[in-house]
Amino acid sequence: MGSKMRGFVSALALATGVAAASLSVPAQADPAPDVGNWQSVLDQARGQTVYWHAWGGEPRINDYIAWAGDQVLERYGVEVVQVKLTDTADAVTKVLSEKTAGIDDGGAVDMIWINGENFAAMKRNDLLFGPWAEQTPNFAYVDVENKPTVVNDFTVPTDGFEAPWGMAQVSFYYDTAKLDTVPKSAQELLEWLVKHPGRFAYPQPPNYMGSTFLKQILSEVVEDPSVLQKPANAADATETLEPLWGYLEDLQPLLWRDGQAYPQNGASMRTLLADNEVDIAFSFSSGEVSSAIEAFELPDTVRSYVFDNGTLGNTNFVAIPYNASAKAGAVVLADFLMSPEAQLRKQDPQYWGADTVLAMDKLPTDMQDAFANLDLGIASLSPAERGTVLPEPHPSWMSLVETEWQKRYGVVQ
Amino acid sequence: MLRFIPILTIVLMIGPVSAGLIGTLLPAFGILPALGGNSPSLDPLAALFAQPGLGSSIRLSFINGLAATVVSVATVMLFCAAWQGTRIFHAMQRILSPILSVPHATAAFGLAFLIAPSGWMTRVVAQVAGWDRPPDIAIIHDPWGLAMIAGLVAKEIPFLFLMTLAALPQADTERTTQVTATLGYGRVAGWFKATLPRIYPQIRLPILAVLAYSTSVVDVAIILAPTTPAPLAVRILGWLSDPDLALRFMASSAAVLQLVIVLVAMAVWFAGEKIIAILGRHWAEDGRRFKRDKGARGLGAVLALVAAGTVVLGLVVLLVWSIAGFWAFPDLLPRGFSLRLWARELDTIGSSLATTLCIGIPAVLIAVVLVLACLENEVRTGKSAGRRAMLLIYLPLLVPQISFMFGLQVFFTLIGLERTLMSVVLGHLVFVAPYVFLSLSDPFHALDPRYGQTALCLGASPARVFWQVRLPLLTRAVLTAAAVGLAVTVGQYLPTLLIGAGRFATVTTEAVALASGGDRRMIGIYGLLQMVLPFAGFACALLIPAFLFRHRRGMMAQHKE
Repeated sequence: MGSKMRGFVSALALATGVAAASLSVPAQADPAPDVGNWQSVLDQARGQTVYWHAWGGEPRINDYIAWAGDQVLERYGVEVVQVKLTDTADAVTKVLSEKTAGIDDGGAVDMIWINGENFAAMKRNDLLFGPWAEQTPNFAYVDVENKPTVVNDFTVPTDGFEAPWGMAQVSFYYDTAKLDTVPKSAQELLEWLVKHPGRFAYPQPPNYMGSTFLKQILSEVVEDPSVLQKPANAADATETLEPLWGYLEDLQPLLWRDGQAYPQNGASMRTLLADNEVDIAFSFSSGEVSSAIEAFELPDTVRSYVFDNGTLGNTNFVAIPYNASAKAGAVVLADFLMSPEAQLRKQDPQYWGADTVLAMDKLPTDMQDAFANLDLGIASLSPAERGTVLPEPHPSWMSLVETEWQKRYGVVQ
Repeated sequence: MLRFIPILTIVLMIGPVSAGLIGTLLPAFGILPALGGNSPSLDPLAALFAQPGLGSSIRLSFINGLAATVVSVATVMLFCAAWQGTRIFHAMQRILSPILSVPHATAAFGLAFLIAPSGWMTRVVAQVAGWDRPPDIAIIHDPWGLAMIAGLVAKEIPFLFLMTLAALPQADTERTTQVTATLGYGRVAGWFKATLPRIYPQIRLPILAVLAYSTSVVDVAIILAPTTPAPLAVRILGWLSDPDLALRFMASSAAVLQLVIVLVAMAVWFAGEKIIAILGRHWAEDGRRFKRDKGARGLGAVLALVAAGTVVLGLVVLLVWSIAGFWAFPDLLPRGFSLRLWARELDTIGSSLATTLCIGIPAVLIAVVLVLACLENEVRTGKSAGRRAMLLIYLPLLVPQISFMFGLQVFFTLIGLERTLMSVVLGHLVFVAPYVFLSLSDPFHALDPRYGQTALCLGASPARVFWQVRLPLLTRAVLTAAAVGLAVTVGQYLPTLLIGAGRFATVTTEAVALASGGDRRMIGIYGLLQMVLPFAGFACALLIPAFLFRHRRGMMAQHKE
């Protein structure tokens, strides 16, 4: 090899090495913070960088996360980097692959935006750090009394392994310029579709929103809803689910594309409504609909509503993996996310428009006023308009429904 | 030192692929201690074969991948046969680079925005027919997967065309064409009978890469393929991201199945080659002239132009969406325009472009150095010894990414290299180097050896011959190969995300994350952004030689064809 070339190669190797050294994050053990002693948590957190793995599909949410990051950097010296995911399970996979490789310290994931099945799976497989959430200062404001889902994630007790971040409730939306009356129950939806075949779709399970739709129907048609709050028992499950399959038997042929194709996720339903491919869609947050109008994704005549007998509601959380590199920093960030100030901004549709997990009567009066004075956006539902919140079934029901759905409707060719 | 580079290169290619495959094979047979899998078992396979619709998924991957490859190859061959050396051929060459710099997903979104029932072409029809609702028919996500084939074909045609262009000069096509024409053969028949047999061996590898890619594609399939059920690769990704961690075992066995599908597809392709070779020999020797080939020539031009036109028009629609206000069906244009989203993304755009280059430039530089060293070693040792071994460099292109990427992630974590720039660059290099090799080896071998021999006779050292004779003569080829390499690294999603543990936010990882939000405006913005760097790369590959050799007309002429 020529000397020039040799020189070039070594220069290149050097450059790469230097860049690698400066950009790489040395794996280091992070001792579990003593959450009972808050000052020690703050001391430990200062200077840490929290890699927060969160779904990154919504620019507004990304902006909110960036704002929260700036705040905790300024106040507590904790840096926050959002790792934008397409699917929360990618973060779970990451932690799992680290456990496979024996990386029990210095992991890549410091915090995950999570709930439901993903939380249940991580908790079951001992992939979480905790308990920590209920000892943080701002947890005192959380509405544990009236919002039972803040400590029961899809009926699974959180046991302090995750901190509540936001409330979600299924709401439907439609274009008032096109529809006068809307179906307000599972049964009415079916009757409406008989008259308007093809004008409704739900995302294909196991997509989160698609499965949510099936659970919504199940909660309405099941004989005894309390059964759904317990883990599914194989013997009785078939009988319990029978009304759901009976309902779908009628519904499927009336769906958009005759049930041969499905929107990919909640966001694609929005697009379908905007394109006038369907008349009714649904989401987990009516604030999201207001935001979509603001972002030109939906016409400004779109409004939200809920079913008469209630719609499913749940809470989303943040959790810390057992091998996180910046546990204290993550705890500090999670605590900030539960603060009245951060929750107020989160509920403001100007920034995001997601419902708070806090109890108004626990807040100082100035914060109560601030919440009361929020302009929730034209397509958002006020707490009074939301009707009954139905509890999420135990995650085991979701797996059963998804598997059986796949067998019955997942293969049409 | 130079002698060891080929071995080093092969190790760099095979090492990660084999490490990744082991990481997939073990869980496929029940071994994954973190999830309590400690002893070998066939349960994951049994679970996989109990999945509803597995047969349809396999069919979609296998048949559609083969179909996309056949159509792409046939179109490129027909177009070259019909139009080589004409003005339309040169025009096609010119729009080639922009199209090559369009990532697969961007092209697929562009196609979807065009042909979907609510797409732009349907809107034109709706305007005329007076529809106010899109027709309720599956044009994309169609049960046959035709939209997916179309999406793949539109992107593979330019790639195969580029590879064919590189091979043509070595086949002495002009004189061949003159001879066949003199003998009274029609243009197309003459090309197929005399030129194709000489070209084919050289484009065989790129074709196999296309075949492997098409039978295991994920992104294009998510956007265009049917979902009831989806092609196998898409379902694997779904199982891998299922909250039920026990599905990882089944997902791994499915990844092994995916590898088998690709191998079988290749076997079918080889069998097809044999059959065509036998039939083709008879056909070539039967002496029929096929003088009237206007129809075939027209078809070749139409297919190639439709493919290129679709990608370009798709990009235009993406651009319009990226600045659109509310845009209702069946309006042909949005009600208003806004740069708000572009402005909002400005900060992120800068840093994600920088990160992309941070990974891309070292990966491309290393790849070019390695490949040049391998080729130079071949020349100096004077034999194509090890040329067969060099085929191993293509392994990463033939093994489906989804079959080894997750295993590779575990491997990098094990050796403590995960999350470093170095490991991400290495992960990219695995895909960049084969493409650089692919684009560079033909021009390198085509270089007249007498230049080097003359220089040696004049007393120049082998090193000097390389630096002062061969490299300058190959400037354009090296730059083009580098541009191809850059386009490859920019497009990497899984390796960046998995090996980088999300620490490296490139334009592609941002694009994919934001596309999950479903807003066509964001898809438009990031789809176009993904094009910027590859496009700049191809532009440099054209402009730099033009500038360097502005006083050397011979250099320009030499590379014209």
